[in-house]
Amino acid sequence: MLLSSLIFIPILGMIVVMLMPKGSDKAVKWTATLISAIPMIVSFWITWDYFTNFAHSSAMAYVEGPFSWISTLNVQYYLGVDGISVPMLFLTGLLSTISLMASFGIKTRVKEYFAFFLLLEAGMMGVFVSLDFFLFYVFWEIMLVPMYFLIGIWGGPRKEYAAIKFFLYTLFGSIFMLVAILILYFTSEPHTLNMMTLIETSPNLTHTLQMVCFIFFFVAFAIKVPVWPFHTWLPDAHVEAPTAVSVILAGVLLKMGTYAMLRVSWPMFPSALRELSFWIAVLGVIGIIYGALVSMAQKDLKKLVAYSSVSHMGYCMLALGAFSSVTAMAGVMFQMVSHGLITGALFLLVGVLYDRAHTREIAAFGGLGAHLPIYTGVMVLFGMAALGLPGMSGFVSEFMIFVGAFGALNKVLVGISVLGVVLGAAYILRMIQNIFLGEFDSAKWGGLTDINARELATVIPLGILTLVIGIYPKPLEILMSATLQNLVNLMAR
Amino acid sequence: MEFVLPEYSLRIMSPEIFLFIWALVIITYDVVTKRKNGSSTGYLALLGLMITGLLLAFSGKGVGFGSMFYNDNTSIFFKIIFLGAAFMAIGSSFGITTNKIVNHRGEFYGLMLLSTVGMMFLASSNELLSLYIGLELTTIPLFVLAAFFKDNKLSVEAGIKYFIIGAFSSALLLYGISFLYGMSGTTDIVQMKINLAITHLTFQNIGVILILAIVMLVAGIGFKLGLPPFHQWVPDVYEGAPTPVAAFLSVGSKAAGLIAFAKIFVNGLYAFHSPDLSPNDWGILVAIIAVLAMIIGNTVAIRQTNIKRMLGYSAIAQAGYIMIGVVAMNKLGMSSMGFYMFAYMFANMGAFAVVALVEDKTGSCEISNYSGLSKTSPMLSGIFAVFLLSLAGIPPLAGFLAKYYVFAAGIQAAQSSPSLSWMYWVVGIGLLTTVFALYYYANVIKQMYFSKEASPYTIKFSVPSLTVLFIGLAGVIILGLIPEPIISFTSDFANSFGLIP
Repeated sequence: MLLSSLIFIPILGMIVVMLMPKGSDKAVKWTATLISAIPMIVSFWITWDYFTNFAHSSAMAYVEGPFSWISTLNVQYYLGVDGISVPMLFLTGLLSTISLMASFGIKTRVKEYFAFFLLLEAGMMGVFVSLDFFLFYVFWEIMLVPMYFLIGIWGGPRKEYAAIKFFLYTLFGSIFMLVAILILYFTSEPHTLNMMTLIETSPNLTHTLQMVCFIFFFVAFAIKVPVWPFHTWLPDAHVEAPTAVSVILAGVLLKMGTYAMLRVSWPMFPSALRELSFWIAVLGVIGIIYGALVSMAQKDLKKLVAYSSVSHMGYCMLALGAFSSVTAMAGVMFQMVSHGLITGALFLLVGVLYDRAHTREIAAFGGLGAHLPIYTGVMVLFGMAALGLPGMSGFVSEFMIFVGAFGALNKVLVGISVLGVVLGAAYILRMIQNIFLGEFDSAKWGGLTDINARELATVIPLGILTLVIGIYPKPLEILMSATLQNLVNLMAR
Repeated sequence: MEFVLPEYSLRIMSPEIFLFIWALVIITYDVVTKRKNGSSTGYLALLGLMITGLLLAFSGKGVGFGSMFYNDNTSIFFKIIFLGAAFMAIGSSFGITTNKIVNHRGEFYGLMLLSTVGMMFLASSNELLSLYIGLELTTIPLFVLAAFFKDNKLSVEAGIKYFIIGAFSSALLLYGISFLYGMSGTTDIVQMKINLAITHLTFQNIGVILILAIVMLVAGIGFKLGLPPFHQWVPDVYEGAPTPVAAFLSVGSKAAGLIAFAKIFVNGLYAFHSPDLSPNDWGILVAIIAVLAMIIGNTVAIRQTNIKRMLGYSAIAQAGYIMIGVVAMNKLGMSSMGFYMFAYMFANMGAFAVVALVEDKTGSCEISNYSGLSKTSPMLSGIFAVFLLSLAGIPPLAGFLAKYYVFAAGIQAAQSSPSLSWMYWVVGIGLLTTVFALYYYANVIKQMYFSKEASPYTIKFSVPSLTVLFIGLAGVIILGLIPEPIISFTSDFANSFGLIP
């Protein structure tokens, strides 16, 4: 019931919001936000309860089902969570509510906006709790629809292009996943779509079939991450999307790709993984360096943050290449959580500035530091977190990734990837320097007001979590260590 | 031999008999009341369809008239599709008919019902000649209906085009049937299968004639289904014909062609599907045609600016997807064919109902007319978006499950034997083209939702069209979420086609 409620409460909320009368914009905003707070609280409780009661084993917790849904096709309604999905649920619950709070500035078509957002939340929750391939695929695809509308209706000047590009690109990836799912279904005996069963039996598949399925899944997931060279939809979508949608996109949607790799394709096809892991790490390193270099060249603040995501997700791919190391796997999870918190906050802060200045061009600003002290402080804090300053979550995750990958992978490759940290520092510091230091143009920006309480309330929880994980990462590590150990064992088969 | 007409045969045929009489009653009623009866003719037609549905539910299964008339799960299921399509087409016709054909309601609805009778007859026939007659009864009223706006150039063109193509394809079909009769000495489909196998074993070289027959039959039915390279008429006829007629064509006529195809090929020529019996494998031929349909339909649709033409090309592509299920020739395939058609009925009839409403208000079918419609008619736009997403195959709507089902059948066939491994390519291409398909469906949604300006039109509903929209919506959503009742009904379709389930 607990996991189902995470999916169905937002859907119920969507229906409630849609039925509310015209012109009740304020009520719609509050209703939607409060409804999304319920799954948030549930996800917090699950995190706490999992930590205290279930973290010692890798078994699925809060299992629902498997109930037969479409018995002719052996489709089941089967939910469950373990150490890698619980942090994702936490992140989804938190970021959804925060994004809704950050959306109070939406003025046009308010009802539709909040309804779509709740549907999006349901889809995301569904992906992280499904243990049946069909169900997983359904949620994976459901999300695309609200995302398409959210970018397309409330987006920036090139919203139509960005929306359809995102939709088509992701669907293109999904069809590969669908073929792989069908192949797995018909080769299993008896036919099943149950992920847990398939993880146990699929190493018996022939090597060719494993390779085919692995690559098909990889394409689908890599587009979502996005892994270089599948990243081109990301800057478009991020730049055109409204602030809150960017937060969800960076904070949750990108994590779906890496989560799905850990959940599905990595433990399922160990022999294919062994053969291809080096190349996956190479793609990761290219992503790290390429994303960082392109970030340095950006004139648009939001685009800078978007490309930094490509770089940061590259670390995840590097670590995923080092599949034999538990430390690297923990690094992946830490990086996912930490990137979700930090980049989510950065997008919120970019949105705060854009709402006031109506431009995101870095060169247009200068010297804001003295004029907007609180805003500057928060922005610098998250900037430092993004470049991996010790004491913040970004440092912990990158450190774990490098330590894990160094032992398991080609040392030259890992050496190159460390350059990414330097480049990361370069683009963040350059951005801070250009916006907050230097000459202040009081004629142009004298009217800017500092960040207000509501906006501050959206980023403070993210800041606290970034610091807590940075200073004391142990609880998060305990939460997922048993699951990760089990995953590494499965991958070593 | 003494010919006995057993009672139960009339019983299982009672829905057809009733509907036939009802069609005549409607025409007469219209004449008797001197065409001053308002829209009551339309309601009468809807009532007739509902009564037929009830009769269908009570008439039961069975065999009658020798073995010419079968009522099994498959034919009942397809009859439900025909009745549903006719119901939704007539329901969505109210707005248009009151404006433009106020003087000819009786003929309009009467012909619609007669065409439905033909389809139902066809779904039950198990014999080549009665099947042919059913097909003719289906298409001849449709020729007239396509040309119904007799002072509209496009409509007349549509009627003529459809008539010429239809007559031509019927001739091809009949010619193909005559070959089959020549080789097997029977028109009974089940007997034909056995006789053909015997002929084949005795005379080894019936190959050439069989190829000729297969080509004729594929061309004949391919025209009806709108499969390439016989698809050119589809967009033109859809564009010109009255919108409810186009809708009925796209679902009813397609389902009729499909069932005819499945009966002749899967049931009658099944033995020749497997390569060790004969090199004349029609499976590959049809698979190529299906692939062409998916590619041509989905790519050309992108370029269309008229929504009826776009839906026409989309109908070509959808026929391609259904054919994957037929070519797969396994239990899943036959079942998916039925399910796909059912899901397609709701989404497509619903979409055409919206098109009819918008056309009635704006006077044209340009896609640009839909710009900003979500602001003035939010409910209509929302429902239309759901239909389009279902046609595109986005979960959890019915269209997704239908596509999943068809592709699953294809993959299963591909894995079942190395000689069928080309099915992987068919499924692969089918999946790839769904990405193209999403583009043009999403384009309409984009017009409705992403435009900054509100549309100058506000679309009003009439009660019948609202009913049709809600039937479509409910079908698309419920079928997507709770498909089990329908799937369990369709899952024994393989029996009807002589396949081992």
